[in-house]
Amino acid sequence: MLGNIQQAFQGIWHHKLRSFLTMLGIIIGIAAIITIVSTIKGTNDQIKENLIGSGNNVVVVSLHQGDYQMDFSDGQKPEEISVISEKTRQSLETLEGVSAVSLFHQRQWNAQVYYRGTEYNGYTLGVDEYYFPVYGYRLCYGRSFGAEDRSGNRKVAILDTQAVSSLFPGENAVGKTLEIQGEPYTVIGVVERSSKFRPVIETIQDYYTFANESSGSVFLTEQGWEISFGFDEPQNVAVKAESTDAMTAAGKAVADSLTKSQIRDPKNSAYSYKSADLLQQAEQLQSMSESTNKLLIWIAAISLLVGGIGVMNIMLVSVSERTHEIGLKKALGAKRRRILGQFLTEASVLTSLGGLLGILGGIGLAKLLSSAMNTPTAISVPAIVVAAAFSMLIGLIFGLLPAVKAARMNPIDALRRD
Amino acid sequence: MILTMENICKSYYRGKNEVPVLHDICLSVNKGDYLAIMGPSGSGKSTLMNIIGCLDKPSSGVYRLEGEDIAARKDNALAELRNKYIGFIFQSFYLMPSMSAVENVALPLMYAGVPKKERMERAREALRGVGLGERMKFLPNQLSGGQCQRVAIARAMAGHPALLLADEPTGALDTASGEQIMDLFDKINDAGSTIIMITHEPSIAARAKTVCHIRDGRLSVPGEEVQ
Repeated sequence: MLGNIQQAFQGIWHHKLRSFLTMLGIIIGIAAIITIVSTIKGTNDQIKENLIGSGNNVVVVSLHQGDYQMDFSDGQKPEEISVISEKTRQSLETLEGVSAVSLFHQRQWNAQVYYRGTEYNGYTLGVDEYYFPVYGYRLCYGRSFGAEDRSGNRKVAILDTQAVSSLFPGENAVGKTLEIQGEPYTVIGVVERSSKFRPVIETIQDYYTFANESSGSVFLTEQGWEISFGFDEPQNVAVKAESTDAMTAAGKAVADSLTKSQIRDPKNSAYSYKSADLLQQAEQLQSMSESTNKLLIWIAAISLLVGGIGVMNIMLVSVSERTHEIGLKKALGAKRRRILGQFLTEASVLTSLGGLLGILGGIGLAKLLSSAMNTPTAISVPAIVVAAAFSMLIGLIFGLLPAVKAARMNPIDALRRD
Repeated sequence: MILTMENICKSYYRGKNEVPVLHDICLSVNKGDYLAIMGPSGSGKSTLMNIIGCLDKPSSGVYRLEGEDIAARKDNALAELRNKYIGFIFQSFYLMPSMSAVENVALPLMYAGVPKKERMERAREALRGVGLGERMKFLPNQLSGGQCQRVAIARAMAGHPALLLADEPTGALDTASGEQIMDLFDKINDAGSTIIMITHEPSIAARAKTVCHIRDGRLSVPGEEVQ
């Protein structure tokens, strides 16, 4: 076996150009598949990362009327729904798969936030002390909310970096005063998400996800929020799951528990708590990008088929060139299996080498593509293993016919031919 | 008795026409014999050699090699038989160009399943036996024609076959090298090996102990009437 492999390498080296041209089909096919798979994986990883928020594993549970998320900007609060208490929040943290829970209020539009006559468009949130750790915010400068800010009902605000850049471009935000619903709030600090965010925008959903995330946020304390936006507004819940895989289940568990405990007569109510299933959204987006790319894989597979036929052709040439060698070996007592093994080894060494070059080429191409066209790529190790095994298999399949032909050769015909 | 042939006939088909090549060949070879088969081209001597060498099967008649009837044997079984009983020596040597002398000699031993260490040792011994002990690692293209043929003889001898079958062994060599090969054959035969040699040169055939003539597919063995 080892001798066969060594001999195969000698043969390939002896016919360098011919071997390379024969391998070319396999090289191109494998390189194309590796590139495509890397692009799919890169895009998928990025979609997932973007939607899910880079490993924060946070899923938002909010009050819905029918299928629509409740928006309290008109000031109406349904009577049958009670505000979530601290005790309930603690009990939610004990649910399976849940690691932390934060309660917050939120306005996206009509929040009426101004700085010197400039209206601010973005999120305005009233958050409890768990919100920043749950979402993974870190303080850039200034200070965070303290216990006195809450107990003293101080009108203080914290901005994230996006809000700062739209409200105070190039200025120090700390110390500035914002007007929210007519009330003045002093900016005490600036925060940012510890994980960076670079979205791919392929669909309208991506756009909304991106637009939401890229507009800034102004944070108030719960107490500060109540001054501007009123009391007794049902909160949204940010649920941090123990792992990415637990997100869906944790979100659902919290939503079900809240629907039961917060809504009077939940069975007949139009209201319910629902979790935004980001994982599912991510999967939908992924399957969309995959289905287009899978088509490309089929095209690459055709190139592999053509490559395989090329290998078969060259192996047939090689068999007839080496008639004497085969005849001699048979005369000296080589059985069919040995001749078969020799040519199968040669074919699969040839295609494996082609596969290896194709893998290297594919990785190179994927890197080139990602830097030239700014698309994300991720090298998939299973794809490389499968590609290597598959290229070897191509050699075995397309080498079979020539090898059988060689093994069945009649030694007299083989020795006679000159 | 190493081999016996009884009424061996061989015909080929050219289209629908049957072309007879060998007619009723009867031959027996004993251990230690040194037999030359002479004949012009087209006489059927290559066909006879192929049958003796178990490369081809007769159309009719019985051929026994070391007591074994080859008629029922299939491709793989014939390969085994050749490996065990016959050492081939060809006109154009047929050495593997990418293998060294000693690797070429070890090749039939590999097919016989001899472990690597032992077959290399036996191959070296066989090469020393033909006077090439100094050129074990040489490739065929680094050796002269006479030396190549001696490597081929060592290869034929390495498995200690019952029969050495030489097809025009000096055909591709100059006279001096041819002489050396024939001297080597004498030496091998004196040591007890059985040799059958096919040639069309009378001077070469004369070196054998017995000379048979083949003409138009009929073999004449000395002491018997030409049919």
